Amino acid sequence: MIETVIDIVSWICLLLGGAFGIIGGLGLVRLPDFFTRLHAAGVAETLCPLLIVLGLVLQSGLSLLTLKLVLILLFLLFTAPTATHAVARAAMLDGVEPSLGNDESEPTSGEPSSNT
Amino acid sequence: MSKWKERIGKILRSMRYILSLTIVLAALWLAVSGVYKPLIMLLGVGSVALVVWLATRMKVVGVEHNPALYAGRLPLYWGWLAWQIVLANLNVARLILNPAQVRPRVFKVKVPHDTAVAGAAYANSVTLTPGTVSLQMTAGELTVHALDRRSAEELKSGAMARRIAWLEGSDTEHP
Amino acid sequence: MTLVMVVTTMAIFATMALALVRALKGPTIYDRINAVNVFGTKTVLIIALITYITGHADLIDVALVYALINFIAVVTVLKLAKTRDLASSADVADGAVEHD
Repeated sequence: MIETVIDIVSWICLLLGGAFGIIGGLGLVRLPDFFTRLHAAGVAETLCPLLIVLGLVLQSGLSLLTLKLVLILLFLLFTAPTATHAVARAAMLDGVEPSLGNDESEPTSGEPSSNT
Repeated sequence: MSKWKERIGKILRSMRYILSLTIVLAALWLAVSGVYKPLIMLLGVGSVALVVWLATRMKVVGVEHNPALYAGRLPLYWGWLAWQIVLANLNVARLILNPAQVRPRVFKVKVPHDTAVAGAAYANSVTLTPGTVSLQMTAGELTVHALDRRSAEELKSGAMARRIAWLEGSDTEHP
Repeated sequence: MTLVMVVTTMAIFATMALALVRALKGPTIYDRINAVNVFGTKTVLIIALITYITGHADLIDVALVYALINFIAVVTVLKLAKTRDLASSADVADGAVEHD
């Protein structure tokens, strides 16, 4: 009984992970400019591995395999923001300008927010 | 001769961090390897020694690399961060399926933390939640690119900065 | 069970194809590097899934090493694209090296 429940949760995690992967990939193709595509890559690099590793961990229980999977997840989650930031920073220095949405009344840049 | 004395003194002072790094690396090796034959063990000792030597040579062994630094509060923060990641992902997924609603913006937030580690943790957490990417970090300020208003408001509310301050230990008020 | 994993693998293959589209289209080199980064992450997940589908537990080590190599590869390619010189010790992040 318990095993069936765990199996079903694991399936849901795996399939949701795959779905978020595809959504991230779609965003990578569909979104308008480089900086917005970074966010799409973020979807494919955070939630997708998180859900898939969770699904796989539920399959194997407590074992060496689980430990290695968790290590993989940690490596991915630690390196993903560093790589994203490096790419964004390099692009900014190279003069790639982010396009800004301007159909809202509030100012979009140049003003440091004071409410910390 | 005095040069050597100085060098040895320096090594002794950083011994604590070198020791903790060695223990963590050895534990990692033992856990991941799974093969406990003499030759393989010897190679493991060699690789741990090599990494520790490289780390000291690069001068990156210091108080901020003490793995026990945030040990108690880190899992709690990670749990909270994972939940934030899920929420942010749902928002960004909605925007990807509906690209007309994308309103990219660039703004700055204050970094209220004292130590470099806390600042780096903040910038990394900001980048890790989809919808916000940290572009540049200067003293006390972080330039952020956000995908829409909701992501920007979420960050501007300062919830994440408060959690990092709590993690750092300078602010014990917040759970 | 295997069926679910195979379906997930297919979904990730689709993601890789989409990332490849972006890598081919560009338009900036940073788009391509970003897409390749996603591609590498998906490769790690594919290897992990194949480990479970085939039952060869040793394969997970390949995924572990690939996760590490992928990050270094991305940073290296980024540095190469920015400075055209892997051996330079100039600080790329501070913009010390510009194209001239």
